[in-house]
Amino acid sequence: MNAIAEQIQDLSQMDNWFDQRFEEKMAERKANHTPSMTIISTKGTLDMAYPPFILASTAAALGWDVEIFFTFYGLSLLKKELDLEISPLGNPAMPMKMPMGPEWLRKTNINIPNVVMAGVPGFEKVATGLMKKTMANKGIATIDELRSMCIEAEVKLVACQMTVDLFETSRDDYIPEISDWIGAASFLPKAQQADVSLFI
Amino acid sequence: MTTQTINETLDARNLNCPLPILRTKKALNAMNSGELLQIQATDPGSVNDLSAFCAQTGNELISSEEGANEFIFIIRKTGS
Repeated sequence: MNAIAEQIQDLSQMDNWFDQRFEEKMAERKANHTPSMTIISTKGTLDMAYPPFILASTAAALGWDVEIFFTFYGLSLLKKELDLEISPLGNPAMPMKMPMGPEWLRKTNINIPNVVMAGVPGFEKVATGLMKKTMANKGIATIDELRSMCIEAEVKLVACQMTVDLFETSRDDYIPEISDWIGAASFLPKAQQADVSLFI
Repeated sequence: MTTQTINETLDARNLNCPLPILRTKKALNAMNSGELLQIQATDPGSVNDLSAFCAQTGNELISSEEGANEFIFIIRKTGS
């Protein structure tokens, strides 16, 4: 009987020992872990250029490892010459406000019919110009600035090879800081290992 | 307010999210461990963001104060 009782006590001691070691190991692992994030950037308009670069540069500042995979229209965010525009058409949530003029005008939401947005030549250029002015007024970084900060912070920029072929552009049109030209099969294993993975 | 000497100052006024954080990180990179950085900012979001930044990076947020039309933060570089 005594032998069995001893064995039971040994087991419960071992359980306690394991629980304690497990806690310690988990805490050690957490402390040594560098968080990581992968982002898939698929849109090439000015408004959709902000989220990937803002999140990536901020995550890098927090000490995370970050990689952005630029594919389809997202690839245009890596062009040497950035010429991004907003697309007000079919974007019902987008306010149209004047960045200049008296206070009441700046605060007024100007409703513009879709037919005007679609039919007036140069409407997107004007809307883009107004948006850029508003952003400058509010001290919001330009995409060029955020992209440079990402590069400086060693955010890994990878581009989709298929997209270059699809749009018949050349690799020379894109910034030299692109670290790799890859496909879905190369990106997915990285996304699998990441703590955060976003599709934008 | 701390009575210790401020080693570096950063003017992040009139900058919006995420620029105050990015500039802070850059300023801290150039500093030695234990030194103090004072940051001025006008972005109200920087109050929460700088506190989250410090919690994540292991730097110490010594003070966070609201002054006349601006926020003043002091961070001690302790993290990487």
